[in-house]
Amino acid sequence: MSRYTSVTDADLQEMLATIGVASIEQLFADIPAQLRLSGPLALDAGRSEQEVYDELRGLAARNVSTEDEITFLGAGMYDHYVPALIDSIIMRSEFLTPYTPYQPEISQGGLQAMFEYQTAISELTGLPVSNASVYEGPSAVAAAGYVAKHHNGRRRFVVSAGLHPHAIETLRTLAHGYDMEVEVVALSAGLTQLPALDDQVSAVIVAQPNFLGAVEQLERIADAAHAAGALAICAADPIPLGLLQAPGAQGIDIVVGEGQTLGNRLDFGGPSFGFFAVTQELVRRLPGRLAGETRDLDGRRGFVLTLQTREQHIRREKATSNICTAQALNALAGVIYLSWLGRRGLVELGELLVKRTAYAREQLAAIPGVTLSHTQPVVREFPIRVDSGVDRVISHCKARGINPGYRLAEDQLLIAITEQRSRAHIDLLVENVKEALA
Amino acid sequence: MSATRAQRTLSFAQAADDELTIYERSKPGRRAFTPPPLEVPERSLEELLPGALRRPEPARLPEVSEPEIVRHYNRLSKRNFDLDTGFYPLGSCTMKHNPKLHERLAALPGNAKLHPLQDPADAQGALELMWRLQHALGEISGLPHVSLQPSAGSHGELAGVLLTRAYHEDRGEQRTKVLTPDTAHGTNPATVTMAGYEVVKVGTDANGNVDLEDLRAKATPEVACLMLTNPSTLGLFEPQISQIAEIVHGVGATLYYDGANLNAIMGICRPGDMGFDIVHFNLHKSFTQPHGGGGPGSGPIAVSERIEPYLPRPQVVRVERDGEVSFELDHDRPRSIGRLRGFQGNYGVFVRSYAYIRSLGAEGLREASEVAVLNANYLLARLREEGVLDLLPAAYPRLCMHEFVLCGTPMKRELEIRTLDLAKRLLDHGVHPPTVYFPLIVDEALLVEPTETETRETLERFARTVAEVLREAKDDPEIARNAPYTAPVRRLDEAAAARHPVVRQPL
Repeated sequence: MSRYTSVTDADLQEMLATIGVASIEQLFADIPAQLRLSGPLALDAGRSEQEVYDELRGLAARNVSTEDEITFLGAGMYDHYVPALIDSIIMRSEFLTPYTPYQPEISQGGLQAMFEYQTAISELTGLPVSNASVYEGPSAVAAAGYVAKHHNGRRRFVVSAGLHPHAIETLRTLAHGYDMEVEVVALSAGLTQLPALDDQVSAVIVAQPNFLGAVEQLERIADAAHAAGALAICAADPIPLGLLQAPGAQGIDIVVGEGQTLGNRLDFGGPSFGFFAVTQELVRRLPGRLAGETRDLDGRRGFVLTLQTREQHIRREKATSNICTAQALNALAGVIYLSWLGRRGLVELGELLVKRTAYAREQLAAIPGVTLSHTQPVVREFPIRVDSGVDRVISHCKARGINPGYRLAEDQLLIAITEQRSRAHIDLLVENVKEALA
Repeated sequence: MSATRAQRTLSFAQAADDELTIYERSKPGRRAFTPPPLEVPERSLEELLPGALRRPEPARLPEVSEPEIVRHYNRLSKRNFDLDTGFYPLGSCTMKHNPKLHERLAALPGNAKLHPLQDPADAQGALELMWRLQHALGEISGLPHVSLQPSAGSHGELAGVLLTRAYHEDRGEQRTKVLTPDTAHGTNPATVTMAGYEVVKVGTDANGNVDLEDLRAKATPEVACLMLTNPSTLGLFEPQISQIAEIVHGVGATLYYDGANLNAIMGICRPGDMGFDIVHFNLHKSFTQPHGGGGPGSGPIAVSERIEPYLPRPQVVRVERDGEVSFELDHDRPRSIGRLRGFQGNYGVFVRSYAYIRSLGAEGLREASEVAVLNANYLLARLREEGVLDLLPAAYPRLCMHEFVLCGTPMKRELEIRTLDLAKRLLDHGVHPPTVYFPLIVDEALLVEPTETETRETLERFARTVAEVLREAKDDPEIARNAPYTAPVRRLDEAAAARHPVVRQPL
């Protein structure tokens, strides 16, 4: 008997007798004998809790975490501070261990949290309807493309090269399946430059801020897309959205994004969550779960999963998406985080990031041999160009406990500044880049 | 006082007023966040980020203090039923216990605070864990090549069908159809459409197995794949799986294994040995990731030799150079279908599932499946003893695997209550109801999956509870029809919610 089961030998005999079989073996009679394994799987024997802890702690100790170095890595996931109250709340069994709220009467906590989350995402994106979460950022972009394809039946996506490279690649993978072409258009001076759009463009897809940190002028992009009869899709980073114009207010039809920065751990890339918000016009094409308000028999407010006729378990091959399990717990962390920051806190955090980032950018740009890859306004991330190559910078910094950023190219480094990077950290980075190039 | 009102008792959670939302608790000026000091020279925001790019008014997020947030979400949590508190026999979802060790391990800074773009040399522990998990899943499935990238079962399905497409296209074949049984999860047909194929439904025979004649008729050269769940969503193992594989492979199609029900067969038999080409795992089901109220999950895939070249990239690989072993991310996979998402997948889930596999080992995994099947059959037998099957007969009267389907048609006819009413009345007894109205081919279906981590006593109590609800309904069906009474809210009007969707708080 393992520690997670509780059938004693006596139980086993009585249970088998009640079932009317002589052995466990007989319960598997439907499995043809030649398909049954003759011996155990080639896996190690089970271990005690303590041994498993030691073994996995040993593996974890071989990773260099953000506690072990001063990191300026970003490029899609960021080392923002996660407040303690998030751990405390999401570790509660009542949030941690139920499943999708198929029985709303005993799932009001989760459903109301989804409703609150949807409201927060709606506010951030400036669009009226947010779903309850999708897997993560890049696959959310591909899911948005699927909505556009079915909305207007056109053939091609025009995609900014400023989208996260993983998002572009994910879109290509999935678009090949649902039979759409992907045309990537280059950035110019750090910003998306749209080509002329013809009547086969289903959607224009951009990022805000883009992969190089630059703040895009979304209104122009949305106008151009709409003039060609296409949808405008934006993959947005939610922390900068606290300061930036809401994409929905600038005419974007679908706003998606990576939610990790909203109170979620880095976790080597997941689980986090993706958010997905649309205009009223696109509600019936929305993928995923959606919580809605209703009343109970006594007339009291309650929440349920709604518009389920979009979904795979009802609509099957005609569903708007195949998504089932998404990222409810991570989205819960997201809404707790946004409540923690609050209306003013999100702005204060954004302003702090802009100013510290500007400081870092200026200090680095002043180093001989370093130039800015672009000079567009940024919020918390920017690339620098090092003509003599960035590998020297990276190895010099790494040897001194600093991870200077993401290697964009042989001569380019993408540097992210979170509120956890103090002035002292930034000064240390600048000093070390200087040393490396001296 | 009506009969139904008499049934009602107030719980603590219910005794309170309707629960306010976090926005309704908001008051201008309150805050939970103290920003760190600026530290760098003050600059004009306008100069750094021109006004035209900025939102004119802050997003209307709540303004609340830390104690208010904690109390709000703790109160909300008490309006949830959860697996740590009670029996959760939600068929097809494998609601097994989530060991507490796993949360401690996932929270170690080396895991939780590891950036996904960290230099692989500084993420060797994580990459080795992923490689070992790949190896274990390959062994469990009998298909050696594993990608951990997909984020959930449905995402794994999509990966699987895209792999099928890549395989056929590489051979210069344009196939157009994918077969799915009429018992399939809705994710199967939805996936087929998303991957650009047409769904063709295959029937089920009188014993609950795939209708072989129907399959033979529909297995044409246009068919790219058959997606099969085995044991099926009826909780039955396909005894003719080898013939099915032969038919499908006979027309050059791939055989896809939906791993939703893998919990029945771990260490007993393997999809790879049955002839499947592609498998997805639901780590949140068989390998016990907490379900989180609807995720996160993870849906790795395992494939045979001929599908391997198309696996998503990057792949975690073990490299031996000059006697030194290291683990790397291999991006150089020219025939790969590409990425399915950002970064390396839901690593936090991998940590938990790998810990589970290490805890159980080969014998423990087999025991988990054996007890899962034992518990399901025992529960079915106890329900029979309690007389429940007279009104809710097993849809297919034979031994089941890890779950079974009851049919509520006689109950509806005799007692005039529906499966939904039974489910809602179970809420008042402190158990989560089984899955209802699925699979679609069974009228008034109730899909029951107890899992291996429940005690015999829990199963017996559940059988008695269902019997009691049926006895009560015989006397007064109104009680069940208006249930629940003790939940935080009474029965909710889902139709009204869909007619006039209110999906955010008006502010």
